[in-house]
Amino acid sequence: MKYTTPAGETVIDRQRVVGQPTTRVDGPLKVTGHAPYAYERHDVAANQAYGYIVPSAIAKGRVRSMDLAEAKAQPGVITILTTTEVDELPLGMGHTVPLFGGSQIRFYHQALALVVAETFEQARAAAKLVRVDYERTPGNHDFHALAPDAPLVEGSDGPDVSKVGDFEAAYASAPVTIDVTYETPHESHAMMEPHASIAAWEGEKLSLWTSNQMIAWSKQAVAKMLDLDPANVRLDSPFLGGGFGAKLFVRVDAVAAALAAKKAGRPVKVMLDRPLVFNNTTHRSATIQRLRFGAERDGRLTAISHECTSGNLAGQEGENGIAQTRLLYAGANRYTAQRIARLDLPEANAMRAPGETAGLMALEGAMDELAEKLGMDPVELRIVNDTQVDPETPNRPYSSRMMVECLRRGAEAFGWDKRNTTPGGWREGRWLIGHGMAVGFRNSVQMKSAARVRLSGNGKLTVETDMTDIGTGSYTILAQTAAEMLGLPLEDITVTLGDSDMPASCGSGGQWGAQNSTSGVYAACVKLREDIAERFAMDPNAAEFADGEIRAGGESRKLTEATASGEIVAEDSVEYDDLSQKYQQSTFAGHFVEIAVDAYTGETYVRRMLAACAAGRILNPISARSQVIGAMTMGVGGALTEELAVDTRFGFFVNHDLAGYEVPVHADIPHQEVIFLDELDAIASPMKAKGVGELGLCGVGAAVANALYNATGVRVREYPLTLDKYLDKLPAV
Amino acid sequence: MKPFSYERVSSPAEAAAAAARARGAKFIAGGTNLLDLMKLEIETPHHLVDVTGTGLDTITETDEGGLRIGALVSNTALASDERVKRDYAVLSRAIVAGASGQLRNKATTGGNLLQRTRCPYFYDTNQACNKRKPGSGCAAKEGVSRQLGIVGVSDACIATYPGDMAVALRVLDAVVETVKADGTTRAIPLGEFHRLWGDTPHIETVLEPDEMITAVTLPKPLGGTHIYHKVRDRRSYAFALVSVAAVLDAEGKGRVAIGGIAPRPWRVESADAALPDVKAAARALTQEASPTDQNAFKIALVERTLAGVMAKARGEAA
Ligand SMILES: Cc1cc2nc3c(=O)[nH]c(=O)nc-3n(C[C@H](O)[C@H](O)[C@H](O)COP(=O)(O)OP(=O)(O)OC[C@H]3O[C@@H](n4cnc5c(N)ncnc54)[C@H](O)[C@@H]3O)c2cc1C
Ligand code: SF4
Repeated sequence: MKYTTPAGETVIDRQRVVGQPTTRVDGPLKVTGHAPYAYERHDVAANQAYGYIVPSAIAKGRVRSMDLAEAKAQPGVITILTTTEVDELPLGMGHTVPLFGGSQIRFYHQALALVVAETFEQARAAAKLVRVDYERTPGNHDFHALAPDAPLVEGSDGPDVSKVGDFEAAYASAPVTIDVTYETPHESHAMMEPHASIAAWEGEKLSLWTSNQMIAWSKQAVAKMLDLDPANVRLDSPFLGGGFGAKLFVRVDAVAAALAAKKAGRPVKVMLDRPLVFNNTTHRSATIQRLRFGAERDGRLTAISHECTSGNLAGQEGENGIAQTRLLYAGANRYTAQRIARLDLPEANAMRAPGETAGLMALEGAMDELAEKLGMDPVELRIVNDTQVDPETPNRPYSSRMMVECLRRGAEAFGWDKRNTTPGGWREGRWLIGHGMAVGFRNSVQMKSAARVRLSGNGKLTVETDMTDIGTGSYTILAQTAAEMLGLPLEDITVTLGDSDMPASCGSGGQWGAQNSTSGVYAACVKLREDIAERFAMDPNAAEFADGEIRAGGESRKLTEATASGEIVAEDSVEYDDLSQKYQQSTFAGHFVEIAVDAYTGETYVRRMLAACAAGRILNPISARSQVIGAMTMGVGGALTEELAVDTRFGFFVNHDLAGYEVPVHADIPHQEVIFLDELDAIASPMKAKGVGELGLCGVGAAVANALYNATGVRVREYPLTLDKYLDKLPAV
Repeated sequence: MKPFSYERVSSPAEAAAAAARARGAKFIAGGTNLLDLMKLEIETPHHLVDVTGTGLDTITETDEGGLRIGALVSNTALASDERVKRDYAVLSRAIVAGASGQLRNKATTGGNLLQRTRCPYFYDTNQACNKRKPGSGCAAKEGVSRQLGIVGVSDACIATYPGDMAVALRVLDAVVETVKADGTTRAIPLGEFHRLWGDTPHIETVLEPDEMITAVTLPKPLGGTHIYHKVRDRRSYAFALVSVAAVLDAEGKGRVAIGGIAPRPWRVESADAALPDVKAAARALTQEASPTDQNAFKIALVERTLAGVMAKARGEAA
């Protein structure tokens, strides 16, 4: 299905199954422990051996030599794969530096060897006995030291700078201006399930049971890195314990397992130790962001400038904090630019809502500061700066933009009119109470996505696609889509995911998964409906599918009649043309937060939070809400506690475990309310849905920071907002 | 993890004897700290003496009107004991401010006292650490030190004793009872139990290698208002930046001990004497502070947390 013009009314609009609150179809498997995660797939290959990674103890330099004698002599050791015995692997996809091979060390905890043994304990014990002789090279580990001289990011069409109108002149003549700098720290995905893979060879054919968000990309990447014909690579990843972008791309667990399995002559499984998740894999880069606004006294922005510096190893961008600023608010004169410091730290890469998460933490904080300077309600400041077109390219309208509605609905439901309006002025016992808000903004992305559907002789339907469910609810919304299209009950639908032998989907990332993967299934189901209708000489466009029957022209036939002679298979994909060039497609939220700050100790707790979201058709209000509250929780972590602490002398993240890297615990998360606005966006996808998985995170950090200011009168521009940053500015005790 | 041998014993005397017999032996109770450290090869005992069968899992009343808490009493059992909740509430509150429900079910009174520091460099075996590897240096001092100690620390080590329970025990003047392989017993006041690091940060308490903790005793109840306030970055499942254990009367006089700032629960006589003057007490507690740039905020935090505790003792609305 080529999706070139927005759909009119479709079967999905009936919303008998789609759009209905539906509990997870894979829920029972998960709560009973029967959903197998990568490391637990004991049954997929016999005789699995255990691999344990020997990580580099230095951040930069070279392996001079490795002494394996003692390790090899340990009980149970089968083989040891070392980095020096293979050439540096080519970059797969999304990689900044090679995952394995060669003697060069580019980051701390880089994998230098894989010890393979009969048991996990034997592999781990022997790994500690591998002796590495290092040659150390000094590195650039200090982002703050490098940031002032960081060069502009070089994009494919030159430096990443965008100018509209004359920012400097407008800023100079604006009656109200602000000029503020915000900082966000390095952050880790810290998902529950670490990266893990089991590899097995059959001749030239490699199978990888792994934990991966993007099966089709990753299959190509594995083939490239290991110099294999992609036809000889199979990936299977039916369940993931979270990813948040950390599993968009293949990591060393997969390639080391594959190389070691070849060497050992038997299947090998590898899971990254928790510390390796922090230093061996990827993270969100820290940022330093300067914002300058010029505004009229009525709040209208006349000049907008946002400059963001982030860091990464040479070869790739860091965190694009300016992306949303090019789109979010009206304003005739604009300047945005991105700089990148070349750091010798682990690789920075995509983490949930890359760009917007950090960017909005700064942009929406600065908007709050402007509102205060103007003496304006921060909600109204956003509303007067609404735009219905891409402000840099005004002939490009939004497909649908409900920012104002999100803010109004959210403000009303939250009781924004009863908020504290005097910073530091609302005290309940020892608690200073504050309210803050921010806009959430995240793009909706169109991606090709394919699926196959099989209607079997017993009238049950199977959906096959390499789409992944990273905890998001893909199984459920794909089943709902197929059930709706074929008029079948949900119980009659089986969804199989994550297998690279199945049609290539959009995968899970960038909150593009839901609307594109369901659209792919929709396309396949349209084909299936046509096939069935033809068999009965019915008009497929007039036919209704309901209760296991097809009905048209007063006639009705059972679907099982159609499959009497064998199953019917249909495969199709959704593909897009230029709708995303013609229209800006984005999702919006209004985030509202109430916090309490202990006036003595500075301890800060969120008391309640609310998000009003517009994200097109909500395919399943239960799983969509789960996505949003999970994202809001991540936003609280980003605002208050999460930070990878860098040792700038030795170049590594020091707090590399879940005790030191503090994500929110249950006690940190209060009542969360989510409101979905009614919105259908036929430009965004045939399902008229947009993404929602990242929207819930975008803007939360700023809403918390703005609430902290409102509670205390202290503006903290350096995340996370830990008490040491404002303790001395709290009222004397 | 290094290979080790393992035995279970059924009495404290046997335990001490078993530990004395085997080279590089350690007691294991709940295992919630020791096993983690063994997996990382920070602890590498050759032999484990499992003391969970020694029958020391009861809380009994002493002739002096206090309580004797067996070394194997779990943190959960101790915190929920009616007598403890009534007469030593600061202890209950300190315990439930620590770790998680699951961990507290396994963790024991003896093991809790001996839990090791949470300095991140101690946990990373690639880094210099005098506590883990004597003489290798201290990577934390000029590294990431926000969580670490400000008083009682040394050039060799700036780590803290991280626990909560012991801070309350310190304010209650608890005493640690032990037995050695030769059958001799000792009663060690909690204030003398943990050592300051000095030049030997790897030696953390006054216990000898084969000496087993058998019980912790509490003197008779003090009365007063019992408060434990633990300040941390998230609301649960994190170690203290600063914690205050306090037993105060209605005028705010009494005693306080501070956690999260020193190699042991930090209690200073002159600070107790200064109460209810919070500023003077805080000054007495931190006057010898030698913080790093990253943890200097703990000096102000001690004072402010103490002020909050005082307000609470005086009945200010929570
Ligand atoms: C994730 C996590 C979070 C935590 N958070 C907190 C917190 O917030 N606050 C807090 O206070 N604690 C916290 N803890 C620490 C926890 O309280 C300790 O791990 C626990 O109390 C140790 O008790 P155990 O019985 O398991 O000791 P074990 O691990 O069995 O032993 C610890 C040490 O004590 C020795 N030992 C044990 N019993 C005896 C005995 N009778 N005589 C002599 N030596 C003995 C052992 O040889 C070992 O060296 C946390 C732990 C974890 C894992
Ligand atoms: S502070 Fe102590 S525990 Fe931490 S690195 Fe230094 S010596 Fe080791």
